[in-house]
Amino acid sequence: MKLITAVIKPFKLDDVKDALKAANITGVTVSEVRGFGRQGGHVETYRGAEYKVDLIPKVRLDVLVDDAIVDDVVNTIVKAAVTGKIGDGKVWVTEASRVVRIRTGEEGRDAI
Amino acid sequence: MRSFIHRSARIAALGSFTAIAVPAVARAADAPPSLEDLQSLVPSLQASLDNVFILIATALVVFMHAGFVLVEAGLTRAKNAGNIVMKNVMTTAVGAVVFFLVGFPIAFNGSFDGLGKYIGAGSWFLGEGSFAYGNLSPFTFFVFQAAFAATAATIVSGAMAERTVFGAYVAFAVLMTAIVYPVVVRWQWGGGWLYQLSTPFHDFAGSTIVHLTGGVAAFVGAKMLGPRIGRYGPDGKPRAIPGHSIPFAIVGCIILLVGWFGFNGGSQLGADPVVGRIATTTFIAAGAGAIIAAIITKLQSGKTDVAMAGNGLLAGLVGITAGTYAVTPIGALIIGAVSGLIVVYAVAFIDKLKVDDPVGAISVHGVCGFFGTIAVGLFSNEESEGFIAKGLFYGGGTKQLVSQVIGAVSVMVFVAVASVILFSIIKATIGLRISEEVEREGLDVFEHGAPGYGTDRMSA
Repeated sequence: MKLITAVIKPFKLDDVKDALKAANITGVTVSEVRGFGRQGGHVETYRGAEYKVDLIPKVRLDVLVDDAIVDDVVNTIVKAAVTGKIGDGKVWVTEASRVVRIRTGEEGRDAI
Repeated sequence: MRSFIHRSARIAALGSFTAIAVPAVARAADAPPSLEDLQSLVPSLQASLDNVFILIATALVVFMHAGFVLVEAGLTRAKNAGNIVMKNVMTTAVGAVVFFLVGFPIAFNGSFDGLGKYIGAGSWFLGEGSFAYGNLSPFTFFVFQAAFAATAATIVSGAMAERTVFGAYVAFAVLMTAIVYPVVVRWQWGGGWLYQLSTPFHDFAGSTIVHLTGGVAAFVGAKMLGPRIGRYGPDGKPRAIPGHSIPFAIVGCIILLVGWFGFNGGSQLGADPVVGRIATTTFIAAGAGAIIAAIITKLQSGKTDVAMAGNGLLAGLVGITAGTYAVTPIGALIIGAVSGLIVVYAVAFIDKLKVDDPVGAISVHGVCGFFGTIAVGLFSNEESEGFIAKGLFYGGGTKQLVSQVIGAVSVMVFVAVASVILFSIIKATIGLRISEEVEREGLDVFEHGAPGYGTDRMSA
């Protein structure tokens, strides 16, 4: 089992969520996060004075999937989240060594 | 429209308030009232209207505190929301209690000669002979003035936001409402020396008396406190600290606009058709201020700044407050527009001085209050012996202008000196500035025990 984590632009959340549903993914966890990447934030003005926004709001998705479909799901997320502009975010995959469904105690693939 | 009574009747009215008596309408049980009977009711009807109108205006002015709460909370950070709201509720309370206990007689009571030109006394606690104007009962007059008194102190609260010891602010608000503001009121509205100039200083609803007073005290307070941590970068360049709720700030500005109809309109101190003109100049100036401020920010940075447009609206209101009665609607448009222009540059200028004013109170109330006062000397289109002269642009020469400069400058100097003294005393006793740790953490929990917002703290 793998944990796919994606950090995307907040307004892309609906697109990615719909794409995941269409791909029959049965669960996703979404959190609001902030961070910076290579761009390092940007400068805005407020009441005539400048301020630096170096931590930009992003949305983070965590999806547990079976090994067999990892690449497809990653591709689905990338396709749905891309705008081609700076700040589109990242997707990465980590090993999930044990997964338990709390209600039933099911483990592994059954718990996904 | 020359039938209204105006403030020149003030001195004559001192202590002469008599209960409004409904004339006895004698008539037989079945006979209709005669014309004379009905006419004899007119004065008491007018008196009732005057009192009712001023009490409505009072409620509008008190409602302005809701506007100040939202503007000040919206333009500062969430971690200090409880503190800034608490400062506002205490200021409103102080306005009622301290102005009753100390301030009102200093502003309005006693002789107008000698020392009485500068400070009043007597008829304490709304006792016998307490001043009232025209048809107003002493209570109606007092409660309207008390609603005003709290606004001058509230202006200071915004400029000193996010870093002031709560007790230190409250101490200043008390002293401001007890002494500083009442003395300034005495000089003009209370019949004192500025009112007794051969061409009286004209400040209809308080561009100087309320707003410049508040703005100067705000400048002194913010200067003595120093800027918030992080407000200026290591290179000394200003760094904006955006407020946490722009909708709060703008709803606050709109509430202030609504309240201002009571603030300016009520300053007629009676129910008179001229209030319609006052409301008109007030509304036009506010609109012009917001529009010009929005345009200037667009030209400066390429984006229209929401908070600055709100400041522009308030700048127009402060600017028109002195001349609301005396200028034409076109005059109001110009005064409002210039105020909207001034406020944008004033905010940048105050920033350059490294005086950190989170809500722009010094620029809105101080700078535009000063401009609005001077503008009466330029744009006044009224002439009335012992009350007001026409302005420079309306063929009246410089008479009124000179009085406006005398009034604005003398109030500025007095309030500056008084504020430096009072803040120095407070600094030496209570202390002005909160510790760095508390400032970083936010004042809410440290000063008041609970956050203004936040997740529920108890798990039950």
